Amino acid sequence: MLRTIRICTWALVALLAGAVVLATSGVRMPWLGSHELPLAAAIGGPFELASTNGGTVSSSSLKGKPFAVFFGYTFCPDVCPTTLLDLSLVIKQLGPAADQMNYVFVSVDPGRDSIEQLKLYLSSFDPHIIGATGSEAALADMARKYRAIYEKVANKDGYTINHTASVYLMDADGRFHGTLGYQEKPDVVVAKLKRLMAGA
Amino acid sequence: MMTTGTKLRSAAAAMTLVLGGAVGWSAIGHAADAASADGTIKIVESWTRATPAGAQVAGGYLKITNSGSQPDRLIGGTLTIAGKVEVHEMSMTDGVMKMRPLEQGLEIKPGETVEFKPGGYHLMFIGLTAPVKTGDKPQGTLVFQRAGSLDVTFDAMAMGTMPAGHTHN
Repeated sequence: MLRTIRICTWALVALLAGAVVLATSGVRMPWLGSHELPLAAAIGGPFELASTNGGTVSSSSLKGKPFAVFFGYTFCPDVCPTTLLDLSLVIKQLGPAADQMNYVFVSVDPGRDSIEQLKLYLSSFDPHIIGATGSEAALADMARKYRAIYEKVANKDGYTINHTASVYLMDADGRFHGTLGYQEKPDVVVAKLKRLMAGA
Repeated sequence: MMTTGTKLRSAAAAMTLVLGGAVGWSAIGHAADAASADGTIKIVESWTRATPAGAQVAGGYLKITNSGSQPDRLIGGTLTIAGKVEVHEMSMTDGVMKMRPLEQGLEIKPGETVEFKPGGYHLMFIGLTAPVKTGDKPQGTLVFQRAGSLDVTFDAMAMGTMPAGHTHN
């Protein structure tokens, strides 16, 4: 059973990766932009988490503007700060246009990342980036809807968390639009975000 | 390949230089190399990165060469500004970042040079007592099974610094 789920997840990831490659290869694939695509419908969905801006951030509160969302944790020495920095540089490059979308960093480590800790951590990055976290159940539910993988791995005196490093791009209706790969070229990222904001 | 990212980073680094800090990793003189008492283990280019506010962890990067005739094993270390130091391995598989401590340490074969770098082997500094700022030089030790303990100084580079020769995906 677990094995089947794993195989299905990887198949979906492979399919997704293929779609992203095609979508960015310059070959026009009209069906990839179609919101009727079952694949697109399969990623994303309702969620509600505590926000570093106070109150909650949810699929409903984000409605009306596209958003970028990714999963991580502050005990991550490399990928998470680098992704946050890369995103901060891209937001700067976008200038005022950056306001036309939202950026959400979801901590999948509620045991160590309180909202206060997230707020402090994010103070080192672009203020557009909203920090969010919630109960283990709320996070597991969101990750499942986003087909994101995260797993806590215990070691002799603590734990690490393996997690999907991609940034998800969602349109103004909360539907899946595409992904940003880890350390993708900033020019490509800027172009993708502009396309997302243009609703293309 | 000079991407906008590296340009941005170079620009940021240049700005830091103006402000009295360091410039990109490949361009500066670095912390003194370290060698074990028996001369078999040598450590060069030891560096770390500035951390975001409130960060509890940082990565440590370096190159280790075993010029001895026996395999040796990096089994641990210390850092004055961290509660503990672990040897970790990171990998990226199909977009999933995986990190695990190497509880038995890492073997360095005779004649081998192993580079610890972002995205691969790294030292995990855990329980930082203070944020790492660009230009800091945190000091510590690395302990090898055969060669014993070496004093190592890490150059703190700007956040997002990548080793020389790194290119974006």
